Amino acid sequence: MAHITIDGREYDVDDTENLLAVALSKGFDLPYFCWHPELHSVGACRQCAVKSYRNDEDEKGMVVMACMTPCSDGGRFEIDDEEAAEMRAQVIEWLMTNHPHDCPVCEEGGECHLQDMTLMTGHTQRRYRGAKRTHTNQDLGPFINHEMNRCIACYRCVRYYRDYADGDDLRALGSHNNVYFGRERDGAFDNEFSGNLVEVCPTGVFTDKTLGAHYNRKWDMQNAPGICTHCSLGCNTSPGSRQGVLKRIQNRFHGEINHYFLCDRGRFGAGFVNRDDRPRQPLVRNADGVLEPRDMDAMRATMEEVLAATTGMIGVGSPRASLEDNYALRNLVGADFFTTGMSAHDQAASLAGKAALEAHAERIATLREVESCDAVLVLGEDVTQTAPRVALSLRQARRNRHLELAAQNKIPKWHARAVRDIGQYNNSPIFSATTQATRLDDIVIEPQRLRPDGIAELGFAIAHALDNTAPAVKQLDDDTQALVDSIAATLKGAKKPLIVAGTSLGDPAIVHAANNAMKALAAANAEARLFVTFAEANSLGLAMMDAPDIEQAFTAIENGTADTLVVMQNCLYERAPKARVDAVVKKAKNVIVMDHSLNRTVGEAATHVLPAGSFAEADGTLVNNEGRAQRFFQVFIPDAPMQEGWRWAADLADVAGRDPEWAGMDDIIDAIVADYPALAGIKDAAPSQSFRKFGMRFPRSPHRYAARTALYANVNVRERRPTVDADSPLSYSMEGYYGEGQPPSTLAFAWSPGWDSNQAAITRFQDEVGGHLKGGDPGTRLITPGTDTAFAPADVTRVDGWQAVPMYHIFGSESQSARAEAIAERMPEPVFRVNAEGAKTLGITPGNDLSLTIDGETHAFPLDVDPSLPDQTIAVPVGMHGVCGVRLPVGVEPK
Amino acid sequence: MEQTKVLTQRIRDDRAPVWIDDYINEGGYEALNKALSDYGPTEVGPLIKEAGLRGRGGAGFPTGVKWSFMPRFEDRPDERPKHVYLVVNADEMEPGTFKDRMIMEGDPHQLIEGMIIAAYAIGADMAYVFIRGEYVECQKNLQRAIDEAHAKGYLGDDILGSGFNLKIYLHMSAGRYICGEESALLSALEGRRAVPRHKPPFPAASGLFGQPTTVNNVETICNVPHIVKNGVEWYKSLGHNKDGGTKIFGASGHVAKPGLAEFGLGVKLGDVLEHFGGIRNGRKLKGLLPGGGSTPFLTPEHLDTPMDYDGVGAAGSRLGTATMIVFDDQTPIVGVLKNLEHFYAQESCGWCTPCRDGLPWVEKMLIGLEEGRGQPGDIELLDLHVKLLGPGKTFCAHAPGAMGPLEAGLKYYRDELSALIPDDATTLSLTQAANANPL
Repeated sequence: MAHITIDGREYDVDDTENLLAVALSKGFDLPYFCWHPELHSVGACRQCAVKSYRNDEDEKGMVVMACMTPCSDGGRFEIDDEEAAEMRAQVIEWLMTNHPHDCPVCEEGGECHLQDMTLMTGHTQRRYRGAKRTHTNQDLGPFINHEMNRCIACYRCVRYYRDYADGDDLRALGSHNNVYFGRERDGAFDNEFSGNLVEVCPTGVFTDKTLGAHYNRKWDMQNAPGICTHCSLGCNTSPGSRQGVLKRIQNRFHGEINHYFLCDRGRFGAGFVNRDDRPRQPLVRNADGVLEPRDMDAMRATMEEVLAATTGMIGVGSPRASLEDNYALRNLVGADFFTTGMSAHDQAASLAGKAALEAHAERIATLREVESCDAVLVLGEDVTQTAPRVALSLRQARRNRHLELAAQNKIPKWHARAVRDIGQYNNSPIFSATTQATRLDDIVIEPQRLRPDGIAELGFAIAHALDNTAPAVKQLDDDTQALVDSIAATLKGAKKPLIVAGTSLGDPAIVHAANNAMKALAAANAEARLFVTFAEANSLGLAMMDAPDIEQAFTAIENGTADTLVVMQNCLYERAPKARVDAVVKKAKNVIVMDHSLNRTVGEAATHVLPAGSFAEADGTLVNNEGRAQRFFQVFIPDAPMQEGWRWAADLADVAGRDPEWAGMDDIIDAIVADYPALAGIKDAAPSQSFRKFGMRFPRSPHRYAARTALYANVNVRERRPTVDADSPLSYSMEGYYGEGQPPSTLAFAWSPGWDSNQAAITRFQDEVGGHLKGGDPGTRLITPGTDTAFAPADVTRVDGWQAVPMYHIFGSESQSARAEAIAERMPEPVFRVNAEGAKTLGITPGNDLSLTIDGETHAFPLDVDPSLPDQTIAVPVGMHGVCGVRLPVGVEPK
Repeated sequence: MEQTKVLTQRIRDDRAPVWIDDYINEGGYEALNKALSDYGPTEVGPLIKEAGLRGRGGAGFPTGVKWSFMPRFEDRPDERPKHVYLVVNADEMEPGTFKDRMIMEGDPHQLIEGMIIAAYAIGADMAYVFIRGEYVECQKNLQRAIDEAHAKGYLGDDILGSGFNLKIYLHMSAGRYICGEESALLSALEGRRAVPRHKPPFPAASGLFGQPTTVNNVETICNVPHIVKNGVEWYKSLGHNKDGGTKIFGASGHVAKPGLAEFGLGVKLGDVLEHFGGIRNGRKLKGLLPGGGSTPFLTPEHLDTPMDYDGVGAAGSRLGTATMIVFDDQTPIVGVLKNLEHFYAQESCGWCTPCRDGLPWVEKMLIGLEEGRGQPGDIELLDLHVKLLGPGKTFCAHAPGAMGPLEAGLKYYRDELSALIPDDATTLSLTQAANANPL
């Protein structure tokens, strides 16, 4: 603790912090550029000048940069000082010598940190008479637009991209007042977290190209608190819309999950919402096999007939739909006829993951907590592709060693470059065993490439090495045993070890192994943490719904106990091989699908389609990989008759004569909680629809939301009354309560007086800058401690001979985002991969096609050599190019 | 005035390099032998401190004190980092400065011997010479000298049976002035952009590759063997005042006989000028930059200034590298300042705002003044830059250095500069200025 004075006010502050962070946390308006709560201080921009006084007698003081000034006890500082203010204004004037002042045509305008800081310093009159230097821009691919002339050379972009995200293809080039931030040549950024540049850049150098394609200002957007649906981590987003078009995804700060950053799939993957081919009317397949639109009355009549005639309905839920949508389906078809929509192996792995979390409920790492772990073992997951955001967190975990070295040399943690300089390549240990080389390998010690059974065995062996009462595996060779011992010793010696595992390889044994290792570790170290990733946004939620997997639905149709499949936002072809699905669909009398996208099930299998809203057009609750229930809110109201999936299911139940009488979200949530006590926490994930602050709702739009009245001026000069939201305490307007004391789960956008940029404005809603949201980070943890389970037996499923293993890609393996234009552009060409020996054995020259039959489904893709793959192992691109329903890992016989 | 040749004693008139046999014949490597046999590793530093040797790269920081910041691992060998580094700053890029070049070209072993003793004194096992890219001759000669020293057992493992190991590597700079700033030099040596580092931490705590490091100038290091060999008292007696030892002085510009000469520190400025033949063509002195482009002007009234660190400081300038740039009375000062500021603007690394964007503005204002396009207020704007590009306001000393001559120029030649603004000049609007002033 340190006692300091700022502008005559006294504070007791954290003496390990720098003055800028403290001043911002205390609510002072002190301008800055190069500093960022996650990137810390480097003293480059010289914008945060303040006056520092040595002691009480010192009357002169000296100008210092707040970001580089430690808060030592007795410090006396003046922000409101003439000389410091002169310096701050002058820094802006210098920056402006080359800035093009193109705010009116700049995408950053209205949420530009440079605009805010300029205003804050009071600089108004330009004195520089020279010409401005100009730059050529680069084509940076489908995600990001480049306009270098706007650059003020704060170095944030390279510090984020290179020093934080470990990217390599963005550099500071050139020197003096001709520094250029770009790539060596045109092309998309290589790093999976490049989109954060859009928010990290304080001005309009890097802007969101997907927003630029249908641009409007921040103040003209209608936003809602969103949850990313493109993996299981549950990153918080702020989707922005206007006139029924989803414009962009912005980061929404969550102190325990994504904090300031998203992955590129999450940021640029929402384009599927705007696709023209989405079903927007009820559709019925005619005799020619073509889907025909029906108006609502006709559709109701049709559905009455269908439901009256059915001999039995079986429901297919979805791990990417909300609990509400799934529950409404369950209510429609009956509890005994509801399936989770997960494939058998995905469900088995997910249940194993759930059990592991329950066994270690006190030790579940949040995404943020991953960053603080100082030794990590990753079992099986290629996280960069399957749960991308955690890869970025693991990259921070490796820097704990840097911080340790810095602390030993009395270098403060915020002194970013000094920490980097002393840290160099001394990383906190990260071990990883995966089926093939991953994008994380650059920070992994001796990356292991094993088949799934080998990964599980390695995990079991490490557990055994940590605790010899944990079951052992067969005799390991000396090298492997030495590695196992070294990993075990490292994890044991760590202050906060972390085990990461997941379900993406479809092998529950890997999760069991992680569970054993965790149990062995936790016995000696209460700080040990577990992080389990799941396949989809609500996989864990569905695992908690205690229903059978999709097999039961298929069987019900196959054996004739049901004749009607009711599918909620799921694609059958992603869950089972095509031949099987085709047969089931053929046999089923009706396939009723409630979905938002023209997926294969809608396009080829559905007999009846009801246009459900996507995440942007619905409210709902998702359970992320740590068991946190989080609510997402409707961003905009879709044109009727499109509506929430749960409303369609409720309408169908009404048609069947069993109207559940859910007027809004509160009712269905009450119903869920009544049926599932384990899900009771979802009620507190966000305030009820009737919650008000001082009698007011919470606005979806900033108070400067323009043209609301003009928008419909051609129809009616008078203002139309904004639609009233029946499902949430949010308003569809800029009216309502915004600011201090607002429940953070209802914060649709970040703004505060003088601070318009997303990354800076959020400071005013945090307990301290970069910390947690005031009022608590949103969501409620649902996982309750299970009974202390015994070690799992070290059983693995071994495949002799050739084995196919899944190969994921951040862009393409997740089916919703793959339908977004920007993501599709980045999707890799499909290939099968084997090692060189494998290619030789198969007798196929790399580049030529390999035809491979998996689960009765045959695909032919070019063969590519990946020397990292284990022998006789074929990596199969899953989730895209038609390879989606196969069961992996599985033995195969390539010919 | 007679030179006091210590560092330059072996430099041949024809500049042919002194190779190892001649070097040894002329007393070379005796100091190394003495250091290794008579002194423990921690005993050389105090000797240098006592001798009062100060950094010859321009800042004048006491070398022995700098060495004393290095962590010692004699009592805790387990904690010894992988490497401890000595880095020699041979990136001689200060305008007007060419003293290190003479040593490295003419007497490379003097530097090698000094480095070995210095490395021994600070506990370094690896040494780099970060050398200016254009110094091709120096690079060739130094590499040969390193190879020769290695062959004779002065470098490598177990040097002269002492158990002390040292490797020396040459690193040719890609060429930026800022690489002469010791922390930027370290960044460059690591393969990063040559951007200075904030201090603390100082290189002794976290230097090259994050390890304990000392960075010394070539000339500084070359003093070390002489102090070890001849003792502290001898060394102190070489100077005229408080600062001991000799200094290589240089002169370029409007002097009759430009070049280099070695004198005891504290020699009078007038005597040095006289050695270089005074102002050429019978003209008078207008002013001079006493120690390179970033040292403030001295004027004819300063000819009695003793040329040592405190003496030049008291006259409002800095000894710097002691290689002066001399201007006669017919030199328009605006051109001098413009050239200097052009150099510093161009050599800014681009890291901090005031330096990156302030210096080009200063340069453009000076161009405007020179071309008769000055406007009322320009002088005051230059004053403002002198103030706001000062120490503490910028990230490193580059911009404050660039402001040194400008500040002195505005002080000593203010009327001359003001007179450049045309009498009928008015403040133009920005549009008018942009049209009239296409810089």
